[in-house]
Amino acid sequence: MTAPATRDLSPSAAAIELDGLTRHFGSLRAVDGVSLAVQQGSRHAVIGPNGAGKSTLFAMIAGTLPATAGRVALHGEDVTAMPEHRRAMQGLVRTFQHSSLFLRCTALENVALAVQRQQGTQWSMVRPLRRRRAVLERSHELLEGIGLADRSEALAGALSHGERRQLEVAVALGTDPSVLLLDEPAAGMSAAETARFKQMVLELPREITVMLVEHDLDLVFGLAEQVTVMHLGQHLLTGTPSEVRASEDVQQAYLGAEDTSDLFPQEAR
Amino acid sequence: MRRQVGYALALAALLAVPWVIGPYAVATVSRILVFAVLAMSVNLLTGITGLPTLGQSAYFGVGAYTGALTAIHLTDLGPAQVVIAALAGAVAAALTGPVAVRARGVPFLMITLAIGEIAYSAAGRLDTITRGTDGLSGIPPVVAAPGLAPTVNEGLVYYYVLAVFLVLFAVIALLLRSPLGLTLRGLRDNEARLTAVGYHTTRYALAAYVIAGAIAGAAGSLWASAQRFVAPGDLGFEVAALALLAVIIGGVGSMWGACLGAAVVILTRDYIGGNLSGHGPLLLGVLFVLAVYLLPRGISGGVRQWRRPGAKREVAA
Repeated sequence: MTAPATRDLSPSAAAIELDGLTRHFGSLRAVDGVSLAVQQGSRHAVIGPNGAGKSTLFAMIAGTLPATAGRVALHGEDVTAMPEHRRAMQGLVRTFQHSSLFLRCTALENVALAVQRQQGTQWSMVRPLRRRRAVLERSHELLEGIGLADRSEALAGALSHGERRQLEVAVALGTDPSVLLLDEPAAGMSAAETARFKQMVLELPREITVMLVEHDLDLVFGLAEQVTVMHLGQHLLTGTPSEVRASEDVQQAYLGAEDTSDLFPQEAR
Repeated sequence: MRRQVGYALALAALLAVPWVIGPYAVATVSRILVFAVLAMSVNLLTGITGLPTLGQSAYFGVGAYTGALTAIHLTDLGPAQVVIAALAGAVAAALTGPVAVRARGVPFLMITLAIGEIAYSAAGRLDTITRGTDGLSGIPPVVAAPGLAPTVNEGLVYYYVLAVFLVLFAVIALLLRSPLGLTLRGLRDNEARLTAVGYHTTRYALAAYVIAGAIAGAAGSLWASAQRFVAPGDLGFEVAALALLAVIIGGVGSMWGACLGAAVVILTRDYIGGNLSGHGPLLLGVLFVLAVYLLPRGISGGVRQWRRPGAKREVAA
């Protein structure tokens, strides 16, 4: 593990703990008894062939989908029964696989929606948003962080795909999360955009635990300290990137589904 | 800057109305202003929060009867009537809203339609309060401010209605620029994402519903002051449908658009329709079809596109 020594990495310091998390869709076991601990401050990726249950797992952690069985704990507190918005208020915030933005609001307003909720001013009806310096400053700061400072007044619907993916993350960061769940953040990004995105995640403060589902394995192995492999709804293994690359189980899982070239690009070349 | 000029011109025109047209026409403009307030309340739900409604006539009616009864039994002071009627509208919306705001889209529209119909038949049956289908008459002329004489003159009634309209327009404009206004637009754009950043979205939908109920209630009180007569027909389906039509013609989401839409609807129904031997509704139907085909984003959308031809394409991209 390459986390800095300043972090408390004792085994009890799990940001997210899953215990036998299960989701059935009819007779389909999309996620089947997944237990997993994500250490505080870590960069933790979940990979697996299509249909492995990664996105369902994420939806259950965030509270978008209720679990059929099992438990989710956030910083040691059981949040299984907590609705999604309450989990978000507790600092557990997700992004979406397909950009999910407020398309008729400006980029700044998109971020401000998250920031004003975090600052607790979302109910105020009097002073205009334009005169609320605390919300605006934080929102501009976040837009700058993702390189969209000059697009703050553009409608989200007018942004390019890559810009939307970046704004997607800025909106989540606007809630000041302690755990950030990124659902396929690089989907549809160009190589340059992915590189930029990777840099942005690397620069996130270590107070934020980052968990991501991602198909781009170069990105996964470049970002994550821990990688969890899922296969057919089950937790296959969790390890460092090199352990995962070396695992025969993992090769088999990918072989069973499709060729391994996306997991082991160097072999394909 | 252009916008300020537009507002200044509109204000000047509104102030000039009683000086340039006759008393009957002035009364029509008063009705337009009242209807514009109702249309803004519909627009707050339909255009801003994304909840298309046919039920605002119910809260308009609650406000109209409350305003009328307040005037008859309590005080002839107009602003007091407006405040009490707005509160009554808000309370009625808070009581009925929880049923509606669980739904979205067409189911929401159907529930609000049912609420409107229930209010309509209640107005006809609660004889002891509303005097049933006879209607509530004997509403004393409104006193616009403490110390002023009762307002009988059509032109002065108009100025009273205009003053309240302007105050409400400003309040709504302020609300739309406020954090809560942004929250409501976020609810319209993407409820799933709003939940994901920590909003309990149903609560905000209910808040919008209650605020819209208050605005509709205030409009009802103005109606009672301007007409000095309230009957169940004032909160019938036609009123709800015309208010929604005004919002669509004006451009969903735009408040000045809703006001212009209200003007178009009332002028067509009461003025042009009157000269067409009762074919006003037919003309309104034609107008609606034309609006949807020629100006899919309403008058306000058309103006915006005319000023910035690229804007529409940009949004659609």
